[in-house]
Amino acid sequence: MAEQLKTEDIIKEENLVFDRTKLLTDNVFHYCPGCGHGVAHRLLMEVVEELDIQDKTIGIAPVGCSVLAYNYMDIDMQEAAHGRAPAVATGIKRTMPDKYVFTYQGDGDLAAIGTAETIHACNRGENITIVFINNGIYGMTGGQMAPTTLENMKSSTSPYGRNIQQMGNPLKITELVAQLPGTCYVTRQVVHTPAGARKTKKALRKGFEYQQQQKGLSFIEVVSNCNSGWKMTPNDANKWLEENMLPFYPLGDLKVPEEEKK
Amino acid sequence: MKGNEAIAEAAIRDGADGYFGYPITPQSEVIEYLAAQKPEERTGMVLLQAESEVAAINMIYGAAGAGKKVMTSSSSPGISLKQEGITYIAGAELPCLILNVVRGGPGLGTIQPSQSDYFQSVKGGGHGDYHLIVLAPSSVQEMYDFVELGFDLAFKYRNPTMVLSDGAIGQMMEKVEIGEQKPRLSEEQIREKYPWSTTGKTKDRERNIITSLELDSAKMEQFNQKLIEKYKEIEEKEVRYEEIQCEDAEYLLVAYGTSSRICEKVVTMARKAGIKVGLLRPITLFPFPKKRLAELSGQVKGMLSVEMSAGQMVEDIKLAVNGKVQVEYYGRMGGIIPSAEEVLDALKQKIIGG
Repeated sequence: MAEQLKTEDIIKEENLVFDRTKLLTDNVFHYCPGCGHGVAHRLLMEVVEELDIQDKTIGIAPVGCSVLAYNYMDIDMQEAAHGRAPAVATGIKRTMPDKYVFTYQGDGDLAAIGTAETIHACNRGENITIVFINNGIYGMTGGQMAPTTLENMKSSTSPYGRNIQQMGNPLKITELVAQLPGTCYVTRQVVHTPAGARKTKKALRKGFEYQQQQKGLSFIEVVSNCNSGWKMTPNDANKWLEENMLPFYPLGDLKVPEEEKK
Repeated sequence: MKGNEAIAEAAIRDGADGYFGYPITPQSEVIEYLAAQKPEERTGMVLLQAESEVAAINMIYGAAGAGKKVMTSSSSPGISLKQEGITYIAGAELPCLILNVVRGGPGLGTIQPSQSDYFQSVKGGGHGDYHLIVLAPSSVQEMYDFVELGFDLAFKYRNPTMVLSDGAIGQMMEKVEIGEQKPRLSEEQIREKYPWSTTGKTKDRERNIITSLELDSAKMEQFNQKLIEKYKEIEEKEVRYEEIQCEDAEYLLVAYGTSSRICEKVVTMARKAGIKVGLLRPITLFPFPKKRLAELSGQVKGMLSVEMSAGQMVEDIKLAVNGKVQVEYYGRMGGIIPSAEEVLDALKQKIIGG
């Protein structure tokens, strides 16, 4: 009988291709299997670790599925009232301008109840990074219509699909903030594919670098999924995201700093 | 100096780190005075006009969570908007100073002075079980002095302090004795004094989290209990009031802020007429001078609560004396300040003759 293999025999130092960042805590994510939040959290913490700014970074958690983000990120964090994260971030950054401050917000938080705080923080050009997770639905409260819910998309408060005449249009807030002079970098990315995750990580890194260079506000949208709220399997949700979300919310940079346009 | 200017100057001199606000009558002089003073140059204090009262109070939340000494100011309708942020600040146990220069309501009401935000200030104001520490200045000097006192209490108990003023005290001009410039705390000092603050996680400590959320009911109840204990301690240690001619008083006026200034005159007028009247002026509205009022209820024949409201503080006086003595209310509303003569008449009719 062959000798039983041990973990260290299989995973050898030279074969290691992935290591979890130390800036994620050991707490088990409460997110649904297949949800994009976990990947987005990891990418954020990888960037903070690689830039070696754990002791200078303060994050703001929103109200929504990621309300408990502070359970997973091993940095100082504050939990804001619904939609107010950009104002909370402003208070922190203005009184501690040498820190790196980011908000992590969903679509309901950022583009519905917090629209005023979002627009004005962007317009003032606060030196912060806003990470905007857009999955077109209210996940935590059980799948209600969001400001970013697509036309004809079903939710628990638009059970027959979003009727534009009655319920209004989905809001492209990322396009909106790209118009404001206070934003230096506005981009839309995904995390449901390895390539997308790599690009998102690069975007997050830029966001923090622009803070250091005091260029203004960087706004990074991640078009994500909600297989529970969309009532699909994780794979189907990712396919649906590509076929329906991305045509309306196209990927790529909407705005880059002047000197990087060349 | 105007009351609103005095409190702004006091914030700079007390070493405050920031002011975040939104203009509203009758307290816009606070932010205007600060803007003219260039606090960024004087002490490095941050000044920002926010897009709304809602944003301003959340900027306070963020900065206070980082251990900074920060204040905001507004007037009644603006304070209503701030209530969301205030309950989060109370829930996250953050220290800060909030000035309310009260005007008459409800709704947009009037821009004239009022004391109709008493309930909102001393009973909580936003959702959930909490209290603010509430200081009631009755002079421009106290507008100045209560900045230092308010911040000291806020940091001592990790609890928001409200200075409950009114349009008259905010707008009136009086001589003020101003203090020395105190230095702002350095980041190292903040890390040491306020180890809970989000100044950035260093290797030698666990991460700091500022939140008011607790999903576990048992833990949430424990936290509520902890808050109750804190409020009890504040009620035991921090009650402040002023007594004017109470030693031999047969009748007691109870009034704070602008109303107490009128009542001082009433005491003089009544004494001239041979009526032994005293005045108890609560300086802290929470904690309320319950014990002293209970004591006085064994001495006086009746108490009159004089307020520029429909009768709010009178309820707390009644609770304090618990039926031992007659307690009545007299007041004016809508921005009208009662005259000493009408207060004396009310005292005669409602208490002495009653």
